[in-house]
Amino acid sequence: MTSGTAKNAAESEQLLTFIVDGQEYGVDILRVQEIRGWSAPMPIPQAPAYIKGVINIRGDVVPIADLRERLGLPTLPYGQTTVVIVLRVLGGARERVMGVIVDAMSDVTNVPTGAVKAPPSFHDSSEPSPARGIAMLEEKMITILDVDRIFGEHVVIR
Amino acid sequence: MTLQLTDLQRQLLGTFFEESFEGLEQLETGLLALERSSKADPETINDVFRVAHSIKGGAGSFGLAAISRLAHEMETLLDGFRAGALSPTPDALSLLLEGVDGLRGMLEATRDERGYSEESLGRLCERLKAASARSAPHPAAPAEPQSPPAARSERTFAFRFEPHSHLLESGNEPVRLLRELARLGALKLEVDRSRLPGLRALEPNLCYLGWHGTLRGAVTLAEIKEVFAWVEGDADLEVTEVVADGAVTPAARQPTTNEEPVAPKTEAAPAATPGAANAPAATAARGDAEAGLGSIRVAVDKIDLLMNMVGELVITQSMLGELEGDGPLDAHRVERLREGLGLLARNTRSLQESVMRLRSMPIGIVFNRFPRLVHDLGRQLGKEVELKIAGQNTELDKTVLEKLGDPLVHLVRNSLDHGIEAPELRRAAGKPELGTLELRAYHRGGDIVVEVVDDGKGIDRTRVIARAREMGILGPDEEPGEDALRDILFAPGFSTAKEVTNVSGRGVGMDVVRRNVKSLGGDVFVDTTPGRGTRISLRLPLTLAIIDGQLIRVGVHAYVVPLLSIVESVQVEPRRVTRFQGQRDIYRLRDELIPMMDLCEVLGVSGQRVSVDEALMVVVEADGEHVGLLVHELLAQQQVVVKSLESNYGRVEGLAGATILGDGSVSFILDVAGIGRLMRRSHAREGVRAA
Repeated sequence: MTSGTAKNAAESEQLLTFIVDGQEYGVDILRVQEIRGWSAPMPIPQAPAYIKGVINIRGDVVPIADLRERLGLPTLPYGQTTVVIVLRVLGGARERVMGVIVDAMSDVTNVPTGAVKAPPSFHDSSEPSPARGIAMLEEKMITILDVDRIFGEHVVIR
Repeated sequence: MTLQLTDLQRQLLGTFFEESFEGLEQLETGLLALERSSKADPETINDVFRVAHSIKGGAGSFGLAAISRLAHEMETLLDGFRAGALSPTPDALSLLLEGVDGLRGMLEATRDERGYSEESLGRLCERLKAASARSAPHPAAPAEPQSPPAARSERTFAFRFEPHSHLLESGNEPVRLLRELARLGALKLEVDRSRLPGLRALEPNLCYLGWHGTLRGAVTLAEIKEVFAWVEGDADLEVTEVVADGAVTPAARQPTTNEEPVAPKTEAAPAATPGAANAPAATAARGDAEAGLGSIRVAVDKIDLLMNMVGELVITQSMLGELEGDGPLDAHRVERLREGLGLLARNTRSLQESVMRLRSMPIGIVFNRFPRLVHDLGRQLGKEVELKIAGQNTELDKTVLEKLGDPLVHLVRNSLDHGIEAPELRRAAGKPELGTLELRAYHRGGDIVVEVVDDGKGIDRTRVIARAREMGILGPDEEPGEDALRDILFAPGFSTAKEVTNVSGRGVGMDVVRRNVKSLGGDVFVDTTPGRGTRISLRLPLTLAIIDGQLIRVGVHAYVVPLLSIVESVQVEPRRVTRFQGQRDIYRLRDELIPMMDLCEVLGVSGQRVSVDEALMVVVEADGEHVGLLVHELLAQQQVVVKSLESNYGRVEGLAGATILGDGSVSFILDVAGIGRLMRRSHAREGVRAA
């Protein structure tokens, strides 16, 4: 279930890819629990701005985060066409479930491990890069997100 | 300590720990019972002996040599009691109780992969050995080879050992047993391979071999049977003595004590009583109970009930499913739909109750640790106290049960330290020297009541008032009412104790007790008569997983306020609102000044401010203070299931959790105390002191 073992053990990894602001991103498919449409979340007091609130997924209370906002991009309005990818994220030694808002779904792609290069840091801030690698395929480049780093540790409370 | 274990053994190790902890509780209860009674009950001695024996054997089979050794020393001493060679003196029993502590400590350390002191273990074993010095030696330890005493004559035994096919599955290894046997004397062994199938049909988990042979040495029948004690139920064993002239005297076929090495997982759920050969129903392991998570044992009949409920639910669901069809819903179908929904509601309710009952456990689990505590504490304080327990079968939810332990310990310590007087004082007061402490539990309404009652000197009202005045809690002329008096008793740092002992007197306990109980949604009451005694009652809800809530609307969002925290709700009359220092609104409700709070603002949620003209105010009690929450609308009152916000997100100050409303949306349950804190903090930041 952890992406680490999959990456080391296999010769290729399977990614679920999606689009945010014209760029193609990917996450380890084993981390994806489901893909949903949009339902208005209940805002959480004192949450970081990119966490829009929580929704009910079959009885579990699941936080929803806007990936655009998290990456520092301007946000789009939410509605019928909004896509939410529900991921299993490792935060603080515990597995959590989180929904991530993206622009659109793309594909499921097999990426040979050799094609994955280390990411340049394309954020000039002190924050570590949200990507754990760039997959260079013939037709395109996929930025592979480190979901644990981006979403696993979020600021909770004063 | 790292053990080399197979996966199967590791699984079984968990079971071994659970059962050993339960066994230790039984052992402790048994030892205390022996101490109390004037004549040594052979039944109790046997039970206690069996526990030590089980632990010794189990530890041995997992290679836990040190634990096995300590258990062996205790077993030897207990065997002395059993044989009548030694009498259970208070000193011997105290020593055994120390052994129980030692075993518990070592088991916990092994389970948590910590170390423990080998030295103190060694000393304890020496003392136990010394205490059993006069008993006839029963050398049967798996780990210690001992040469048989010279006085014994040589005997020859013929034996047949045929393990049942599943013997290996309980973690037993015949080779080890046979090695043990070889240590007792000269062993001639032959293996019986008749049951061994071909390689293709062979299942590696099953045992197909049997052995027979002879053992010659200065051994007794009992010693031979001892070697196989751990596999009694899982093998056929025949031991017969071969007398010199060739005649064979058959010894017993199967040993009489039938101990199952691996107890079945689910059993009936009576209260944990001593003397029961089978492990008590609920997890009694102290360590586990305090760890919070872990497993629970559930009575089979509870599961059966649950299965029935689910069955009925399925029937109702298919009935409702049938109503789905083409065409418009006519009156007839609507009627049947209504019936079906009613049935569904009843089924769901029954199911809910049944499941809640799964998590409920008898309070006896918590009460069980008190006989020992009272015994030790009584000795330490030089007071003679008899502990009576009633209602140990009263069930409550696991979540509440776990948090009950510490408050009760505080209260019992207080009773023993400050309540019950020293024997001389009691005699002088015309009371029996033996003090009585009672722990009682019973259901009342939707709550459970737990009482700690002592017949000590009671709480002197005048002294409390005097001390409160000294501490500045009360003004010099203030005469407190009953409620105020109670609040004083539970005030942080309050104590009328003349000296601080290491048991109590620091005034920390009562405050913590009340806070803990309140955080469980309950309350504490004190009833006292000076000179006669004190009764402290804890009133607790039966479960934490479901609370009664008042739904409120602020802006477009709904929140849940726990009903218990609500004092009253009023329509805001603008003329009763005053601006305090230009920033805060205060409401004059009768003769009370209540700070008003805009929920959105305090929680930091963006939303419309609730204007004073259109607001309703819900007055809640937060840490003893009243606060008025401004809301737009009061919605329904209903039971809500508490869902964790923490598991996927984290803790939020001011929120006690989340819940799913009937329409599927998420609503937050307010933590009134947390909101109070947030409010005070924001006031402090603005440089304003709350009224």
